[in-house]
Amino acid sequence: MFCQECHERPATLHFTKIVNGQKTEFHICEHCAKEKGEFLPGSNTFSIHQLLSGLLYGDPAISGTASPGLSQQSVLACPKCGMTYQQFAKIGRFGCSHCYEVFDSKLDPILKRVHGGNTKHEGKIPKRIGSGLQEKRELESLKKSMQQYILNEEFEKAAETRDKIRLLEKQKHQEKGE
Amino acid sequence: MSLEHFISEAISPWMKKEGPDSDIVLSSRIRLARNLENYNFPDFASREESETVIRKLHEANGDQEYGNWGKFEILSLDQLKPLAKRVLVEKHLISPHLAEQSKYGAVMLNADESVSIMINEEDHLRIQCLFAGFQLKEALKLAGELDDWLEEKVDYAFDEERGYLTSCPTNVGTGLRASVMMHLPALVLTKQISRIIPAINQLGLVVRGIYGEGTEAQGNVFQISNQITLGKSEEDIVEDLRGVVLQLIQQERAARNNLQQGLKIQLEDRIFRSYGVLANSRIIQSKEAAQCLSDVRLGIDLGVIQGISRSILNELMILTQPGFLQQYANEMLNPDERDILRATLIRERVELEEA
Repeated sequence: MFCQECHERPATLHFTKIVNGQKTEFHICEHCAKEKGEFLPGSNTFSIHQLLSGLLYGDPAISGTASPGLSQQSVLACPKCGMTYQQFAKIGRFGCSHCYEVFDSKLDPILKRVHGGNTKHEGKIPKRIGSGLQEKRELESLKKSMQQYILNEEFEKAAETRDKIRLLEKQKHQEKGE
Repeated sequence: MSLEHFISEAISPWMKKEGPDSDIVLSSRIRLARNLENYNFPDFASREESETVIRKLHEANGDQEYGNWGKFEILSLDQLKPLAKRVLVEKHLISPHLAEQSKYGAVMLNADESVSIMINEEDHLRIQCLFAGFQLKEALKLAGELDDWLEEKVDYAFDEERGYLTSCPTNVGTGLRASVMMHLPALVLTKQISRIIPAINQLGLVVRGIYGEGTEAQGNVFQISNQITLGKSEEDIVEDLRGVVLQLIQQERAARNNLQQGLKIQLEDRIFRSYGVLANSRIIQSKEAAQCLSDVRLGIDLGVIQGISRSILNELMILTQPGFLQQYANEMLNPDERDILRATLIRERVELEEA
């Protein structure tokens, strides 16, 4: 079998692409594959970003603003790196960490879609820059459970939780006092 | 330690250690995506910004306190030849993205190659830890320590709500990708794998070939990893993956047992035929080599073939890829020449075992 690109060399690479149920087979030689940037294994793949941007474009809220006739007033852009929301929706990538803040109001539906309905970080907090956050999070969760105990009229447990909260807050003040 | 050292040996030192459940789980990997505050993400950064990021990492590395991982060597990608890059990709020390697309990419490697920190890939930092066998928790622990070590020295882009901020929204939150490489020949042979993969996908996990996204499984080796990085703790993500891997190990062992009981002679025939191909062929393509290596490795695991070390699969799978073959030959080879050299190398390696 000859390469379907150059029709000169024998085809040594054979792969099958399935896009939306449509099957396409490719038979090409090493040389043409290299030219197409397929020199490295795994590099010529339909990327997650293409997929993601497809999802983002499918979002009616975005396709509305994407229409060229619309006025410029709704252009949302990151002041730090210059990335506009439209660009972000197209490539599926943020330009800098600041973009998260700028596009924040639009992120929840996207994140829900990619992360199984989650929008809020529940994992590790960096030790140095996040010190204090850990305690804050613990306090919040304690306060939440105290409210729940009160609602359930489990006052003994609520009182226990209250004491824990007081202890934590006291520790916090002491640390600050030093 | 030099570049030579990283590209001349097919087997990274960490791979030589035998890990738990290594008859089925070839390796465990943890990857953490991290970015530095105040700099654009690598694909949108200026040359100056990218160089600053690399410089900061050089400074961090200059500090002489190392943990359980030893000293790092920092390699600049633009100083590597295409072949050297390819070899590093084949050893899974760098990603195809870093090798091909990153403008100012670099990588930090430790001596036993169990840690690789990619700089200016899709994110500023990609901390990767590789362990032999089924050791996800151990890999997570080491990655966490490295993360803490780096966080002492550089300012991470972190948000209370969204977690570690990454270039792609699919990595935000923990920035954690946990994956295991599994050899599942019996599940493939009994066609159970086609039922199992969709089930795994429904659990928020992804099954791929050995080179990540979009690649086909070669030699019955599958990579299984988490998809969701946000809204779960690192421990939960790893625990969920572990749970599925444990079940897969059981299923694969059960399938191997069934094959051995029901189709003993057919299975042995297949294993010894493949062994014959590896020991005798003069020309072999990578796909056939991968399939035969998988059969022989199964034969070793089942005790059908004796006196050959298990690591032969891992070693030859890497050694017989195009980059390594050319590295070994010390010249560029066309596909036909590679198929000949591949056959020679495999034959020599098998003979070495028999001696």
